[in-house]
Amino acid sequence: MITVENLSLDIHATPILRDVSFVIEQGKVFGLVGESGSGKSMTSLALMKLLPEGSLRSGSAMMDGRDLFALDEAAMCRIRGNEIGMIFQEPMTALNPVQTIGDQVAETLIIHGAATRREAMKLAREKLDRVGLDGARFPLDRYPHELSGGQRQRVCIAMAIALRPRLLIADEPSTALDVTTQAQILTLLKGLVDEEGMSLLLITHDLAVVAGVADHVAVMQEGRIVEQGPTEALFRTRAHEYTQRLFAASSHRPAREPTVQDEVLLQVDSVHRSYALPRRSLFGPSPRLEAVRGVSFTLRRGESLGLVGESGCGKSTLTRAILGLEVLQAGNIRLYGQKEISPRMPNALRAGLQVVFQDPYGSFNPRWKVSHLVSEPFHLMPRTPADARERISEALSEVGLRPSDADKYIHEFSGGQRQRIAIARALINRPDLIVLDEAVSALDVRVRAQILDLLARLQESHQMGYLFISHDLHVVRAITDRVMVMKAGEIVEAGETEAVFADPRHPYTRELLAATPTIPAHWIEGNRNETLV
Amino acid sequence: MLRFALQRLVSLTISLIVASLVIFFVIEIIPGDPAAYMLGMNARPETVAALQRELGLDQPVLTRYLSWAGGMLSGDFGTSYTYRVPVSELIAARLGVSLPLTLYALLLSTLIAFPVGLIAAATRGSALDAGIMGGTQLGIAVPNFWFAMLLVLFFSITLQWFSAGGFPGWDRGFWINIQALTLPAVALALPQASILARVMRSAVIETLGQDYIRTARAKGLSSRQAVVRHALRNALIPVLTIIGLQFSFLLAGAIIIENVFFLPGLGRLIFQAITQRDLIVVESVVMLLVFAVILVTFIVDLTYAAADPRLRRRA
Repeated sequence: MITVENLSLDIHATPILRDVSFVIEQGKVFGLVGESGSGKSMTSLALMKLLPEGSLRSGSAMMDGRDLFALDEAAMCRIRGNEIGMIFQEPMTALNPVQTIGDQVAETLIIHGAATRREAMKLAREKLDRVGLDGARFPLDRYPHELSGGQRQRVCIAMAIALRPRLLIADEPSTALDVTTQAQILTLLKGLVDEEGMSLLLITHDLAVVAGVADHVAVMQEGRIVEQGPTEALFRTRAHEYTQRLFAASSHRPAREPTVQDEVLLQVDSVHRSYALPRRSLFGPSPRLEAVRGVSFTLRRGESLGLVGESGCGKSTLTRAILGLEVLQAGNIRLYGQKEISPRMPNALRAGLQVVFQDPYGSFNPRWKVSHLVSEPFHLMPRTPADARERISEALSEVGLRPSDADKYIHEFSGGQRQRIAIARALINRPDLIVLDEAVSALDVRVRAQILDLLARLQESHQMGYLFISHDLHVVRAITDRVMVMKAGEIVEAGETEAVFADPRHPYTRELLAATPTIPAHWIEGNRNETLV
Repeated sequence: MLRFALQRLVSLTISLIVASLVIFFVIEIIPGDPAAYMLGMNARPETVAALQRELGLDQPVLTRYLSWAGGMLSGDFGTSYTYRVPVSELIAARLGVSLPLTLYALLLSTLIAFPVGLIAAATRGSALDAGIMGGTQLGIAVPNFWFAMLLVLFFSITLQWFSAGGFPGWDRGFWINIQALTLPAVALALPQASILARVMRSAVIETLGQDYIRTARAKGLSSRQAVVRHALRNALIPVLTIIGLQFSFLLAGAIIIENVFFLPGLGRLIFQAITQRDLIVVESVVMLLVFAVILVTFIVDLTYAAADPRLRRRA
C-alpha cells in the first residue's frame, strides 16, 4: 500500500532519521516502536509532509505509484485527511476548543469537497456513531471541553476516518488514556482496520500495545529501524540487541527484599473530601462532588504500598490530602501514628514527608541551579543545616548523579536524570515517607527500569515507606508489597500485591487487569527457554 | 449564554453603584469650594452662602449624593457652575465629537492591526516580519502629538487635503465632519494599531503552535486555511481585551490630540472643568466615562463568551 525507502531526515543539520525503509500492506497494522526521541513521530510527520521548519528529507514514499515526497503542497493537502488520516497522542488539546465536534468532523468532508455542509453534518453524525459516540449523549453541537479524553480521541478518530482514508496513522493514540479507555480505543482502531480495510501505522513506546494489535512490527532506535518483521516472530526471536534490551526493561522487576517493619508511618482513617460544584440555579444549593469517600489504610516503615485507579477516581485528591494540601470533611490522616496531617501542620512534620511528581519537565524552576532545587526542602527546617553542601552532594550521589551536577541548570538534564534530581530533592531531608505520584509514568522503559532499581535500593538503605501511585499495573506489580485499587473515591480492593494480581476479587480490578495490554506469556517464555539452552 | 449575560449584568450594576459612590465622595473631599471659586476672591460671605444655597451645596452629603445619582438615572446631570447650562447638554455636545473620533480611531486601528498582525505571524522570522515589528515599535515610540503635527504639516499645509483643525458640527453634514476627524483619528490610531498588531501577532503565533492546528493540517487544510478557520478565532481573546481597553482610553484620553486639532471633545471639557472647579461637570463626565468603561467591559465579556464556548458556563 505504501512503501517507504531510505527515508533520511535532518532538522537544522541534526540527523533525525537514517535510511528508514518499510512497507505497510493494505488492511494490515504496522507497529512502530521505540523510545522517545527515536524518530517514530518524525517518520509519520515525514509521510504527511508536515515536518517542522528547517527539515531536509531524502528517500521516497510510494503510494499507488506516486512518490509522496515528490508531490507539491497543494497535492499533499488533497491527500492529507483524504487518503491518509492521522490521530495524535494528546486528545485533550488535539481539537479546536471553540468549534463543535460536529463542525470539526464535517470539516474533513467539506475541505475535500466531498459533501455540502448539510450532507457533511449528516455524515459526521454517522462517523461519530461509528466511533461509539451516540447521538443522544453526544449531539453534534457539543464542544470538546464537554468530553473526556477518551471521548475526544474518538472524535479525532471520526475526523481522521471521515473520508475512509486508505492509511491511518496513529501516533501514540492511547498513551494519554486510562487502561480501560486505551483498550477501547485500540479495539476501535483494530475494528476499523478489519471492517473498512484500511491500513494502520501504529506508533507507540509500549511493546505490549503492539503485541496485541500489530501484524508487523519495526523497532526504532536513534533514527534507524534496527529490526522488523511479523509481530509474533519478532517478539519470539528478538534478534537485535536493542530489542532485547527494550524487552528486558519493559518487564523489569527490581530485586527487592522488603523488610516491612511494625512501626506505622502513615495512618489514614475514613477520610472524606468533597468539592462544591457550580450551582445549578442562582440561589440553589451547590451540588458536591465526593472525590474521596471514606478511605482508610496504613503504611508501615519499609513498606511499599501501591495505589491504582483511573483518572478521576480520587487518587490525586487523596494524594494531596496525604501531603497536607487539602482540608478534609471527615476522618484524619496521621504521620507516625499520632501527628495529624493538615494544611496547617508544622514544617517539622512536613519534613518527614516528601513527594516526587510525574512530570520531570514541569516540576522544576528552570532558573534555579540544581543545588538550589535539591536543597529546597531545607526551608522546612528551623535553619539551613551547616553541612548543606555535603548533603546536596550526598543526595546527588545517592541517585547516581555527580556532585558537580549541583551547579548546572535543569535544562542540561534528560528526563530520566531530572527524575533522579526530583528523587534527590525528596531524599535530602531524609524523610520517612515518600509519595511517588506517577513518578515513572513519563519515562521511557529503560530509564524507568533504572529508576525503579534506584527506588528499590534507596528504600532498602533508608527504610522509607513508599506510597506508589500509578495507573500502570505492571509497574505497581514490580515495586509494591501491597496494593489498593481505587474507584469513584473508594478503595474497592486491597491486599498483598501478588495475591491481588493473581486472584483479583473485585470486578473492577479484574476489568483493569483485563484491559492492561500484555505480551502473551508464551512469546516470552519460548525465548527464555532458548536462551537457557 | 443568557445566564452568563445576566450574571455579567448584575455585576455591572454593582460596579456602577460602587463607582458612583467613590467618585462622589472623592470629589467631596477635594479642597476648594465651587461657590467661592465662581464668585472670585473678593466675594462677600453672604453672597457665597446664597450661591451655595442656590447650587444645593448646603444640603447634607447623603441628600446631595442621592439627588445627583437619582438625577443621573433620569438624564438630569445638574447644571454646570461655570457654563450655567445643563451638564447633559454639555456632555452630549462633546460626546458628539469624542465618540465618533474614538470609534473612527478604533476602526482604523483594527483595520490596520488585523492584517498586519496576521501577515507578521504568518511570515514570522522573515524580513517582512522584522520590518513590521520594527514599524510597530516606531508607532508605539513616536509621541502622537508630534505625529499629529507632521500629519497637519503634510496633509493640511502642503497638500491641503484636510483642514488643520476645528470641528464644523454635525448640522453641517456628515462628510465634512468625517474629514475633520480623519487626521486626529489617524494620529490616535497609529500607536493603538501598533500595539494591537503586536498582540495579534503573538496571539496568532501562540495559537499556531497548538495541537489542533496540527490536527487541522492533518485533515488536509492548507496552512492558510488552518490560520483562517482555526487560529484566528482562538487568537481573538487577547485581541478583544486590548480593543476594549483602547476604547476606554481613547474616549477621554485624546485630550492632547483634541488640543492639537482644536476639537471640542470630552477630554478638553474635563480638563477645563477641573481647572475651574466645576465639580458637577467633573463628577458627571467621570461617571460617564466609568459607565462607558464598564459597558465596554461588559460587551467585551459577551464577545469573549461568543468567541469561546468554554467561558459560557463560568460566571
